[in-house]
Amino acid sequence: MKEFKVTPIRNGTVIDHISVGMALKVLKIIGVKDDVNSTVSVLIHVPSKKAGWKDIVKIEDRELDPKDLDRIALISPNATINIIRDYNVAEKFIVEVPNVIKGIMQCSNPGCITNKDEPVEPEFVVESKKPITLRCVYCDRVTTDVAENIR
Amino acid sequence: MSAGWKGMDIVSIRDFSREQIEHVLKLADKMVPVAKGEERSVLLEGHVLGSLFYEPSTRTRLSFECAMTRLGGRTLGFDEPKGSSVAKGETLADTIRMVDSYCDVIVLRHPQEGAARLAAHFANKPVINAGDGAGQHPTQTILDLFTIRKEKKNLEGINVVVLGDLKYGRTVHSLAEALAMFGAQLTFVAPPSLQIPKEHLKQIETMGHKPKISSSLEDSIKEADVLYVTRIQKERFPDPAEYQKVAGTFRIDLNALKDVKRDMIIMHPLPRVGEIAPEVDATEHARYFEQAFNGVPVRMALLGLVLGASK
Repeated sequence: MKEFKVTPIRNGTVIDHISVGMALKVLKIIGVKDDVNSTVSVLIHVPSKKAGWKDIVKIEDRELDPKDLDRIALISPNATINIIRDYNVAEKFIVEVPNVIKGIMQCSNPGCITNKDEPVEPEFVVESKKPITLRCVYCDRVTTDVAENIR
Repeated sequence: MSAGWKGMDIVSIRDFSREQIEHVLKLADKMVPVAKGEERSVLLEGHVLGSLFYEPSTRTRLSFECAMTRLGGRTLGFDEPKGSSVAKGETLADTIRMVDSYCDVIVLRHPQEGAARLAAHFANKPVINAGDGAGQHPTQTILDLFTIRKEKKNLEGINVVVLGDLKYGRTVHSLAEALAMFGAQLTFVAPPSLQIPKEHLKQIETMGHKPKISSSLEDSIKEADVLYVTRIQKERFPDPAEYQKVAGTFRIDLNALKDVKRDMIIMHPLPRVGEIAPEVDATEHARYFEQAFNGVPVRMALLGLVLGASK
C-alpha cells in the first residue's frame, strides 16, 4: 500500500530526487525563506527507488524560474523539477549546472576581496560540471565543496 | 596587434595570450634606452597614473612611477592607506570610483586576493594589478620573462630551477605558468611543506613539459640555466613555528655555486632576506638587480599600450 505523508499539490513546483540531506540548502539556493505566502513542504530522508534515500521540496502556488532551479544542480545534480498545474505534471525536467554562478555562495578563500565589505556579489565560473569545480572570478580560488559555501 | 590593448585591464597573466606577451616583450626592449635615461620621450605627456598602494612596496611602486615619469606622464596616489579615506573605512570600490575620475590608468597593490579584478569591475580606466595578496602579480611575471629572454634569447627548452617558497610565493605561480606556456623545463625545489600546490602543478602539466619536483638543491642546480630564488615570506605563514623551521634552509652562497653552468643566471624578485649571500652579487651569475631595473621598460611598455599611446 502506498502511503502519502504529504498530499499532492494542486499548483506549484515539486523538486524531487534531491540528494539526501540537501533539502534545506536547496531552499536557500532558490531563495525560499520564512516569509512565504503559500505552503512549502520539506521532506527529508524519504525512501527512493533510485538512490535509496532522497529529499523532496514542494512549493505551492509558485512556478520557479528555471534559471534559479538550475543552481540546485550544484548540490544535487540528479534533482528533477515538476511544474504542477491542476494536480497534473505540466512540465518535467532535470536540473543542469549553469556556466556561471552569481550570488548564492561565498568564496572559500578567507582572503578573497568578496569576503570583505565590498559591494559585489561573489561570482564563479563553472570549470567542470562533473565533478563540480568552481573558480572564483575575483581571486581564482578553485572550490569543489559547494554545499559548504552556500550563503 | 594593437586591437584590444587600449583600455585593457592587466589583472592576471592568464588574461594574456603568448602572442600578447611576446608583443609586450618586444615593445619593452625598445623602451630600454628611455628607461635608462639615454633617450627622452613624451609618449605619455598629459596622462596621469593613479598609484594606490595598500601594502608596502619599493620596487613595484617606484618602477611604475619611474616608467610613467620617463614617458612624460605624472603620478598621484598613496603608498600606505594611513592618512587616506581608506583608514576611515572606505570600501575599495568607492576609492576606485573616485580615483577613476582623477586619472587615466590605475595601478593597485592590495592585501586581498581578487582586489584588482574588483577594481577593474568598478573602474572605467584600465587597472593594472601590482599584486593582490597571495594572488597575481602579472607585471612581475612579464619582467621576469623579459629578463630571462634577454639573457637566454629563447625560452623554449631552457631549464629553470625555481627555489624557495613555492606554496605562498606570489610571483612563483604565475611565472611558472607563463614559463610553461613558452616551453621551458621547470624544476621546483622546496622543503615539502612549501612545495608548489597541486592545483598549480596540474595546470602547468597541461601546458607543457612535466615539471620536476625536488627537495634537494644540490641535485638540481648543476643542470640549471636559470635559478629563480624566492624569499620565504614570514607574513604568509599561519604558523610561526613552521616559518622558523624552514627559514634559511636553502641559501645560495659561493659554495652552492661551485658546480653550476658558467652561463647560469640567478634571479630573485627581491627583497631578499638571506636567501642569497652578498658574496654572490659580484659573480657573473647574479642578475637580480638587472631584473629589478627591467621592471621599468616592461611597465613603460604596458602603460603605453593600455593608454593607447603605443601599438
